[in-house]
Amino acid sequence: MEILMSVLIGILFMTATYLMLSKSLLRIIIGTGLLSHGAHLLLITMGGLKRGDPPLLGEHAKNYVDPIPQALILTAIVISFGVTAFFLVLAYRAYQELGTDNMDRLRGKEGND
Amino acid sequence: MTNLLMLPILIPLATAILLIFLAKNVPAQRWVSGISAAFTAAAAFLLVQKVHNDGIQTINLGSWEAPYGITLVSDMASALLVLTTSLISLACLIYSFKSIGIDREKFYYYPVFQFLIVGVNGAFTTGDIFNLFVFFEVMLMASYVLIVLGGTKIQLRESIKYILVNVISSALFVIAVGYLYSIVGSLNMADISVKIAASGQPGILTVVAVLFLIVFGLKGAIFPLYFWLPGSYYAPPIPVMAVFGALLTKVGVYSIMRTYTLFFYHDQGYTHEILSTLAVLTIILGVIGAVAYWDVKKIIIYNIVVAVGVIVFGIAAMTPDSLAGSLFYIIHDMIIKAALFLLAGIIITITGTSNLRHISGLIKRYPGLAWTYFIAALALAGIPPLSGFIGKLLIVQGGFEAGRYWGAGIVLLSSLLVLFSVMKIFINGFWGNPRSYKNEDKAPVRTLLIAPVMLTALSVFMGVGTEVIYPYISQAAETLSDPNLYINAVLKE
Repeated sequence: MEILMSVLIGILFMTATYLMLSKSLLRIIIGTGLLSHGAHLLLITMGGLKRGDPPLLGEHAKNYVDPIPQALILTAIVISFGVTAFFLVLAYRAYQELGTDNMDRLRGKEGND
Repeated sequence: MTNLLMLPILIPLATAILLIFLAKNVPAQRWVSGISAAFTAAAAFLLVQKVHNDGIQTINLGSWEAPYGITLVSDMASALLVLTTSLISLACLIYSFKSIGIDREKFYYYPVFQFLIVGVNGAFTTGDIFNLFVFFEVMLMASYVLIVLGGTKIQLRESIKYILVNVISSALFVIAVGYLYSIVGSLNMADISVKIAASGQPGILTVVAVLFLIVFGLKGAIFPLYFWLPGSYYAPPIPVMAVFGALLTKVGVYSIMRTYTLFFYHDQGYTHEILSTLAVLTIILGVIGAVAYWDVKKIIIYNIVVAVGVIVFGIAAMTPDSLAGSLFYIIHDMIIKAALFLLAGIIITITGTSNLRHISGLIKRYPGLAWTYFIAALALAGIPPLSGFIGKLLIVQGGFEAGRYWGAGIVLLSSLLVLFSVMKIFINGFWGNPRSYKNEDKAPVRTLLIAPVMLTALSVFMGVGTEVIYPYISQAAETLSDPNLYINAVLKE
């Protein structure tokens, strides 16, 4: 199971890298989204995917899954959610103000902003 | 007062929340943020005294025992950095009052500034690797807002690049923590150190060590990863630039220092060799940039890169001397970079340009500014009575002890070119025939000068009063070079 997840995460990272190297700003933001998905799936995989009940004491199970990676992911998800929201609004503002979403044209020279 | 080490985090946090409600009342915002910054500095000073007298301070949040809950740890290194951060934030706030402009102040400038201080102080104090990530994000989110606040074209353009780089490095941080957790099964830094020592650092941990180096190198701008810094730091207004230049990269450097002295000290032949090679290349590339430009801001920005290289070189040598030198240099550099950025800001306010070719003869009308800049520039280069000297001396000494002659030689040579780059500003900008500038009469030079003069005086005190400061520094270096002191304080076996 871990092998399968690792391959999947690898594909996510590959796609994210490819998208972040492209010219259009929106593709780059989609790339960051895929990158954070990959990172979060990696956290859950690295915590181990042993079989067990959900970490709720009411389940009265013999084995529970590791609760720590889940807490870490929950934290990382809201953080990347906040950053992505900010980044999207920034991209919108930049499009309004600068009139382009092409990263090649987002260059400035001195006194020529 | 066991909660003393939380005060440098809690005071700015409470202030930031309070300031959100005062958004439209600018005078109240100034008073509240200024007073709270003074209180933060006082708390940090008490903390340094406490750590000096009673040893490393730890606090288990929620009274959960050490490896299970989050532990905040204040050893001497982090306490000193928290104190430096508080002093710099106070100076930059004082400068902001007169320079940042009412439009930015109405749009939550001061609350965001306080959140940045929360992030930096938290990152210096935490004893948990994932909590370090969270404090990094607090700091970075605040810095995203500060870099774009005002919304001019150059700020929009550069903040896109800045945010992209930091999103990638944050994802790498999460990945690195994930790998480390799968190997050692713990997040508490002291506990991780124990478990790594027990396993004797197999190959996979060396890989994680290099991954951490990439993460913190991206934050702290070391050699192949510094490409984002010159453009991004050029965009925001001066007090923001001073805070960034003084604090943000140094948090990355501190994290390298912490992880490479506490976790990954077993396979030094490989990891620390990489560290020292990269440090030397960082110095060389930074110096080339500093010498090449004719722009006041760019010159000082590239000097950040040089300083990061010098500090990392001291960490790589791993002798008690070089670690003390690195610590001394990091504190000196935070103070003096903030001072230099603020002084450059005053020059730009007077002349309306940052191009050195259009500036000359400022010393006739602004002798105070000129001589403060002169002292700050000499301190940056490390001229003996001033603060840059001792740090660099110890680093070079440690480098020679560790047998890294080439690196130590390049650190020495770099001082010469750093001196050349800042003296270029002095000779071209302050000497020569006076010109007239359009903003000359409107610029409130006297009031603006308060903050950089404070910082320069602090730096002179660090240089002249080294005897007073050195016991603190050597106590910090002792903890850094012997991880058991840290581990015993946290795990209390």
